[in-house]
Amino acid sequence: MKPITAVNDFVIKFANVNGSGSASANTLFAKAILRMGVPVSPRNIFPSNIQGLPTWYEVRVSGSGYLGRRGGVDLMVAMNPQTWDEDLKEIEAGGYLFHDSSKPLPKSKFREDINIIGMPLTEICNREYSDPRERQLFKNIIYVGALSALLDIDIKAVEKLIGEQYKGKERLLTPNLKALHMGKDFAQANLPKTGLKIAHANSVGDKVFMDGNSAAALGCVYGGATVAAWYPITPSSSLAEAFTRHCHKYRVDKATGKNKFAVIQAEDELASIGIVIGAAWNGARSFTCTSGPGISLMQEFIGLAYFAEIPSVIFDVQRGGPSTGMPTRTQQSDVLSCAYASHGDTKHVLLFPEDPKECFDFGALSFDLADRLQTPIFVLLDLDIGMNDRLCAPLSWDDTRRYDRGKVMHFEDFESGKPFGRYRDVDQDGIAYRTYPGTHPAKGSFFTRGTTKDRDARYSEAGPDYVENMQRLLRKFETAKGLVPAPVERRAKHNTRFGVIYYGSTAPAMSEALDQLDAQGLHVDAMRVRGFPFNDDVGEFIDAHDQIFIVEQNRDGQLRTLVVNECVADPAKLIPVLHYDGSPITARFIVREVVEKLRMFNVAPLRRVAQ
Amino acid sequence: MTYLAKPKLHHPSLPTNKLGFTRRDYEGAISTLCAGCGHDSISAAIIQACFELDLPPHRVAKLSGIGCSSKTPTYFLGSSHGFNSVHGRMPSVLTGANLANRELIYMGVSGDGDSASIGLGQFAHSIRRGVNMVYIVENNGVYGLTKGQFSATADKGSKSKRGAANMDEPIDMVALALQLGATYVGRSFSGDKDQLVPLIKGAILHQGAAFIDVISPCVAFNNHAGSTKSYDYVREHNEAVNSLDFITGRTPITTQFAEGTVQDVTQHDGSVIRLRKLHPEYDTHNRIAAMNYLQERQAAGEVVTGLLFMDTDPEDLHAHLGSVEAPFNILDEDALCPGSAALEAFNASLR
Ligand SMILES: Cc1ncc(C[n+]2csc(CCOP(=O)(O)OP(=O)(O)O)c2C)c(N)n1
Ligand code: SF4
Repeated sequence: MKPITAVNDFVIKFANVNGSGSASANTLFAKAILRMGVPVSPRNIFPSNIQGLPTWYEVRVSGSGYLGRRGGVDLMVAMNPQTWDEDLKEIEAGGYLFHDSSKPLPKSKFREDINIIGMPLTEICNREYSDPRERQLFKNIIYVGALSALLDIDIKAVEKLIGEQYKGKERLLTPNLKALHMGKDFAQANLPKTGLKIAHANSVGDKVFMDGNSAAALGCVYGGATVAAWYPITPSSSLAEAFTRHCHKYRVDKATGKNKFAVIQAEDELASIGIVIGAAWNGARSFTCTSGPGISLMQEFIGLAYFAEIPSVIFDVQRGGPSTGMPTRTQQSDVLSCAYASHGDTKHVLLFPEDPKECFDFGALSFDLADRLQTPIFVLLDLDIGMNDRLCAPLSWDDTRRYDRGKVMHFEDFESGKPFGRYRDVDQDGIAYRTYPGTHPAKGSFFTRGTTKDRDARYSEAGPDYVENMQRLLRKFETAKGLVPAPVERRAKHNTRFGVIYYGSTAPAMSEALDQLDAQGLHVDAMRVRGFPFNDDVGEFIDAHDQIFIVEQNRDGQLRTLVVNECVADPAKLIPVLHYDGSPITARFIVREVVEKLRMFNVAPLRRVAQ
Repeated sequence: MTYLAKPKLHHPSLPTNKLGFTRRDYEGAISTLCAGCGHDSISAAIIQACFELDLPPHRVAKLSGIGCSSKTPTYFLGSSHGFNSVHGRMPSVLTGANLANRELIYMGVSGDGDSASIGLGQFAHSIRRGVNMVYIVENNGVYGLTKGQFSATADKGSKSKRGAANMDEPIDMVALALQLGATYVGRSFSGDKDQLVPLIKGAILHQGAAFIDVISPCVAFNNHAGSTKSYDYVREHNEAVNSLDFITGRTPITTQFAEGTVQDVTQHDGSVIRLRKLHPEYDTHNRIAAMNYLQERQAAGEVVTGLLFMDTDPEDLHAHLGSVEAPFNILDEDALCPGSAALEAFNASLR
C-alpha cells in the first residue's frame, strides 16, 4: 500500500457526535490553514436531528483554489463510533485514519489499505480533566493540536485564532492553548508523520471567509430592508438570525437607541409573506427567507404580489425535496416552483448567486429590482452556499450608490399635476407608477386587490381590461431581462460545438470540472446563468452550440425545463447532467457524466443522450 | 360588473367637520351588497366615526381579506388607500403595513369566515403582537359571499337556510381577543348605531390592538327563524353592558350625561371615552372580569354588547420592537446603509 502524499491538496473529514462541541474546533482547524495562505472549503454535513446523532465536517484543502466538493477522503478523523464502518469505507486507498485509541479495537475494525493513526484521546482527557464537559470540549482542541503536528500546520496560526476567539476571556484562553499544545506535543513525540502537508502559500489574498446566509443578510442591510418576517426552517433560519444581528450592529439610531428595522418571527410562512407584502405596499423594503415547504405555503400571496404588483423579496435557501424531503441536505429543486409560483399565469424574477459575495450583491440588488419592477424577486440560495463558510472576494459597496425606489408618485408630483393611474403603462416598459398610502390628501388613493382591475385600479371583470393588464405584465417581464444580472461566460481554449449551462452553488465544482475536461482535451464553453428571465445571451449561447449540457442539482432538470420553455430551445440539444443525492455536486461527478455523454454521441441517437 | 363611483354632489348646507369635510367626503363607492345587509350599516358607522373624529381620510389605510364584509372598504373612505388581500390573511398584511409607516391609522375589516376559520391564526397573532389597529369583524355566522355555509362563529344548534343544524361549538372572537391580550375589546350590533359609532371612535384613538366584533345579520342567508344571528334574534337577546360616548379634548359633550352614571376613561393620547354603566359592578379595566362576565352572560343565552375591556396604557408592536419614531418608508440610504467603511471592517473580521 502506497501512502497518499500531497501538499496543500487533500480532503480531511471529521466524523463527530452532534452536541459534542466539535464545530468550533473544526472551524478553527480550517481557519488555521487559511491563515497559512492556503484555500480551504469546508462543508457541514448534518442529518436532520438535534443531539447525539452523527455530524461531519469535511474540509477540502486546495492550494489551487478549487472550492467545490472533491469527493473521497484522504484523512478521516473518526470520533464517532456509531458511524465508524461507514466512515472507514470513505477513505481513499493509501489514506489515513485518525482515531481515539483509548479502547483497543479488533483488527477486523480496520482496513489493510489505509494508514492507522491511533491517539489515546479519552485517556489523556480523563487524566487531565475531571469535569465531564471539559473532557469533552478539550478532546476536540487536543485533536486539533495533534493534527497540526501531523500535517505541519503552523501552530502560531492556531494560537492566534484561539487568542482572537477568547479575547479578554483569559479564563478560557489559557486552558484552550494548553490543550492545543498537549495534543501537538503528544503527536510529535508518539505519532508517525503523514504524507499530507500544509505549506505556507499565498493563494488566499484578500479573500474573505463567510457563509452565504449571513452575506445575503448583510446585503439586505446594505440594500435598505427595514422589515423582515420569517418562520424558522432549515437551512434559511440563519439568514434571518444574521439579519437581526447585523441590524443590531448597524441599524440602531445612535441618538435614541431606537431600531431602524423590525424583525418579526411570524406564526407561519403565510404570515411572513403577508407582512412583507403589507410593508412593501406601504413603501418599506421588506423580505422573508424560507425554504421549499415555505415557498409552497406562500403561493397564494405570491400571486397577489405579482398581480397587484407589490415589491417583495423572497430568499429561498433550497434543501432536498419534495415534501420534507432531506431537510438538511442541499438541492436546487425549487427553481420551477419559484419561477411559476402561484395559480394562474405567473412568472417571477429569479436570481442565482454563486457564492457569499454574490449573495451579498444580489441580496442588496433584489430590493432595487423589486422596487423597480414592483413584483416579487426570488433569490435562490441553497444549503451548500447558505450554511457553509466559503472563500470569496471581499464584499464591496459604492458609497455613491442610491437606492432605486422605482416609479413612485410623491406629494410634489401630485401637486404639480402629474397624471396618475395606478396601472397605466405610461413609459411602455410595463411598469406603472405607484404611490404610498397617505401621500396626498386628495389625489392618488387607489384600491389594491387581487381581482381584475382597469388601468385606474378600479374593479373590473371586463375581458379587455384583464387582457391588457396581463399583456402589460408580460411587457414588464421583458423589461426585467435587461435588469437582472447578465450571465457569465467562459470560453474554452479552442472553438467547440459543446457548451455547458449551470448556476448557483454548482459554480466551484464546475470551474474545476472545466479545467479537468480541458486537461483531457475536451473543450466546452460555459455559461453561468445568474438571473431569470433569461437575458438574450442565453438563447444566443444555445444557438451557437450543437449540444448544451445543463448541469444542476435536482432530478428533473428544472433549469433545463425553464430554458426549453422560455428560450424556445430544441430539447434534444439540451443534455441534463443531474446530481441530486443531497450532497453538493463534485467536479468528479460532472467530468464523469460529461465524458460519458460525449462518448454516447458517437454511438447513441441524440434523443437517448438527452434523457 | 364594474365599480360604480358615487356622484360627489355636496349640498351647501351639509354640516362640515373641523377639516371642512362633510360626511359625504368619508363615503366610498355605492355598495353592491344586498340591500339591508348589516355590513352596510357598519360602513355607515365607520363613516360617521371618521367624520366626527375629523380624520384626514388619506391618513387611514383600510385593509381586508375576502368576503362580503371584506368588500366593504370600497364603500367607505373613498380617498383612503385600500387593500383587499387574500382570504383570512388581512392581519399579516396590516401588520406589515403598520411596520412600514406607524403614522397612519390602520383599519382592518374582516368577516367571521375570514377571521374565525381560514384566518384564525393570523387574527390571533396580530392581536397578541399588539398591532396598533382597529380590527372589525362583521360577524354574520355564515359565509355570505360563498352563499350561506356555516362559519365557525355560528352557534351550536342554529339552522342554515336549508334547514341543516350546526353541531359544532362556536368560536367567540371576543373571548379570544380578551384571552390573546387585545387592549381594547368590544362587541356591538350593526343595527345599534348609537353604540357602534362611539365604540369605533374609541378603537381608532386607542394606540394598540383594538378589536370589535359586530354582529351583522346577513339578509340573504342568515335572517331566518332558527338562525341566532338574525335581526330579530339579536334584538331580543341583546344585553348591553354599557353605553358609551366619545368626547374629544376640545369639544366635550357632557351635558347629555347624568352625573353619577358615567365613567371617564382617559386614553393614551389624552382623549376621553365616557362610559355609562348599565351594570354598576362592571369594570372595563379588568380583563379577567370581562372574560368571566362574557362567559356568564353567554351561559345565560345573552349577547353582551358594549366596551368590554380597555387598557388605558397600551403598548403596541412598535413599542415592543423599540422602533424609531420616523416611518420606515421615509428612511433613505443615509439612514439605512452602513457604507463602505463599515464593510471594510466587516471584511477584515472574516479573514
Ligand atoms: C383561499 C380561499 N379559499 C376560499 C375562498 C372562497 N371564499 C370567498 S369569501 C369566503 C367566505 C366569506 O365569509 P365571511 O368572511 O364570513 O364574509 P361574509 O361574506 O359572510 O361577509 C370564502 C370561503 C377564497 N376566496 N380563498
Ligand atoms: S350575502 Fe349576506 S353578507 Fe353578503 S351582501 Fe348579502 S346580506 Fe350581506
